Amino acid sequence: MLARADRGRLAGLLAPAYLWLTAAVFLPLSAMLWFAFLTDVPFGGREASLTLDNFARALTNPTYRILLGKSLELGLIVTALCALIGFPCALVLAKAIRGRAREALFLLVILPFWSNSLVRIFSWAIVLRGNGVLDSAVNWISPWPVDVNLMFSQSAIVIGLVHSYLPYMILTCYLALQGIDDALIEAARSLGAGPLRILWRLLIPLAAPGLIAGAVLIFVPVVGSFMEPRILGGRVGTYFGTVIEDQFIAVFNWPLGAALSFCLLAVVLVILAIAAPVLRRAA
Amino acid sequence: MTLRIAGRLWLALVLFFLYAPILAMAAMSFNASPFYQLPFTFSTEWYVKLAGNAEILAASWQSVWIAVVVTVIATVLGTAASLAFFRYKFPGKRLLQALLFPPIAIPWLITGTAMLIFFFAIGIPRGAPAVIVGHVALAVPYVIVVVSARLAGFDPLLEEAARSLGATQWTITRRVTLPFLAPGVIAGGLFAFAVSFDQFVVSYFLAEPGDMTLPVLIYTAIRKGFTPEINAISTIIIVVSMLVMLLAARGFRFGGDR
Repeated sequence: MLARADRGRLAGLLAPAYLWLTAAVFLPLSAMLWFAFLTDVPFGGREASLTLDNFARALTNPTYRILLGKSLELGLIVTALCALIGFPCALVLAKAIRGRAREALFLLVILPFWSNSLVRIFSWAIVLRGNGVLDSAVNWISPWPVDVNLMFSQSAIVIGLVHSYLPYMILTCYLALQGIDDALIEAARSLGAGPLRILWRLLIPLAAPGLIAGAVLIFVPVVGSFMEPRILGGRVGTYFGTVIEDQFIAVFNWPLGAALSFCLLAVVLVILAIAAPVLRRAA
Repeated sequence: MTLRIAGRLWLALVLFFLYAPILAMAAMSFNASPFYQLPFTFSTEWYVKLAGNAEILAASWQSVWIAVVVTVIATVLGTAASLAFFRYKFPGKRLLQALLFPPIAIPWLITGTAMLIFFFAIGIPRGAPAVIVGHVALAVPYVIVVVSARLAGFDPLLEEAARSLGATQWTITRRVTLPFLAPGVIAGGLFAFAVSFDQFVVSYFLAEPGDMTLPVLIYTAIRKGFTPEINAISTIIIVVSMLVMLLAARGFRFGGDR
């Protein structure tokens, strides 16, 4: 138990940060749940009464169900691609490159992740559109004219999202792989294990927490993405996230938007709860 | 040996994938053609146009001053909380630390819309104050994580020694703890700046349509049909945010081995 003076100091140090988080994150999330049960916004002199209609609409309307499925599928595709591309990359960084070169390369991989995500998605719009950079490059090499226009397709959305979240997977896998003792790999090799066997039976199982942490940290935001599908998907870019955006920005049906947002939050919380033990070990 | 070469090649390809679009975007901001047409003709026309674009300048200023305010508030709040976690053992500590996770892990779309609803309901309309309140909440957990990482290397005996020599708690904090913490605090502050300066989603829901931050303005411009001016400002943004992170990396190693 703390002395009284210490208790005062502790409260003084912690209270500002946590009161702020409560007012700006936890209370809003609670308010959103409350809103989801209302018929209308309860301000501006409008009458609002309690209802289950918003949740009923969010859960039974086939459009929303299909879109949620589409968003989950997008999350799976992007996560799988990030794992396939990122794991080997992390392996090379952690086990094949040493010293200053590794430090520099690692920073180079992580740097884009910490730069502006909207601008990076915009840069893909410049590359992918018809007459864009990719189109010109391919036509410059190819002896016959090829029409390359990936813009406004699901491929464009997937490329943009993989670009956005790949560094996450490399980071978590790198940290996990770095923790593996090189002597273990040496031992496996001297016992006659080939590279594939070492990968399957040693590296992947031991680095699993990193892979899972990366997968969760990618899957969750991708399921809730709306800016990337909007910019790179155009008309095919309707997902669960863009429907929520519409309720708040275009249609102004806030209670329905709150109900949809809350359904998404429920999905996210279930995923985080399942992964929590692994994430704690990986941290 | 072939495996080694293949590995390095793979890494090189991934780096190409990560940087090529950004470099292409930057190159196009120096291309004279307003329709992004090749061949490439060097021109600084779009940067000159940028300097005369009142809307973009206003949004840039808005983004910068908001990020500075957010940095100051989030760094103070986050550093104080990290000190509390470092110095004291108390019931509920693990729960409080776990509560830092939701603001980072919950998609910003959900947090942003929830903030919009709540702030509106309690009478904070869309605008700069709402944006600042939201950004600080997103940045504080990052500051706590970064500063705590630095504190992990701090010897509590130093504080103990100062206390036994008669220093008050405030003197200890000011003369012993904070000087040691400085690199961590600066790195945490740079993270906070980056979180705010690059934040699009939460700003999008909280900013006033007539008084946008830079990312919100860019998003609106992209959807309306853009010109290389947007490339120019985007190039500036990405250079600024990469520089900020490079500086932060000096004070805080991303789990590298040292």
